[in-house]
Amino acid sequence: MPEVRLALAPFDPAAELTAFGAAHDEAGGIVSFLGKVRAGDAVDALELRHFAPLTLPGMQALAAQAESRWNLAGLLVVHRSGVMVPGDPIVLVAAAARHRRDAFAATDFVMDHLKSDSWFWKRERSGGEWRWIEPREQDHADLTRW
Amino acid sequence: MARLLFLGRLEDLAGGPERALPLTAPTALADILAGLPADLAAALSGPRVRLARNGALVAPEGLVLAEGDELAFLPPVSGG
Repeated sequence: MPEVRLALAPFDPAAELTAFGAAHDEAGGIVSFLGKVRAGDAVDALELRHFAPLTLPGMQALAAQAESRWNLAGLLVVHRSGVMVPGDPIVLVAAAARHRRDAFAATDFVMDHLKSDSWFWKRERSGGEWRWIEPREQDHADLTRW
Repeated sequence: MARLLFLGRLEDLAGGPERALPLTAPTALADILAGLPADLAAALSGPRVRLARNGALVAPEGLVLAEGDELAFLPPVSGG
């Protein structure tokens, strides 16, 4: 069973990965991706909104799809909702597998779908003004890889 | 009473995340939209806006809202 969570408060990616690794000793490899709020831009806050009836069920369906498609020992998906500041983690995906290619591919697949095919809406604040972020063409193009 | 929910940028256009809708009888989506400001109605009817009635995705064609229903307007998503 994949472990899928919608985090409404900050989470600690290192602690998540330590626990995930300990739970999957049988895996020969773990691939992980951590998405963070970028520092150094003019953006001083980022907010992700979700829609409770659809967001977590959609993430669970996505994780189940990844598990059926690749040979995984485990899959972890944690995605924030709420207001974040530069440096804060937004999303953590980790896949454990006997062989690395399954873990790389599953992580990449889950991230591509979280970016542009999951029930989240993103806005950024810069200069005191909030601005909604539209999905990029590249995000949609990435889905056609799968 | 029914409720309309506006996600993402639609919240800004609607002036808030939700709006209460007094209903005296089941009402077609087209009639509900006709009662909203024209620019908001146009944005809500956009081809990339998905709809969820009481938390489940539905198609706009033939959609009718009844007392107690909640209809969410979901614009294009961007996560990660």
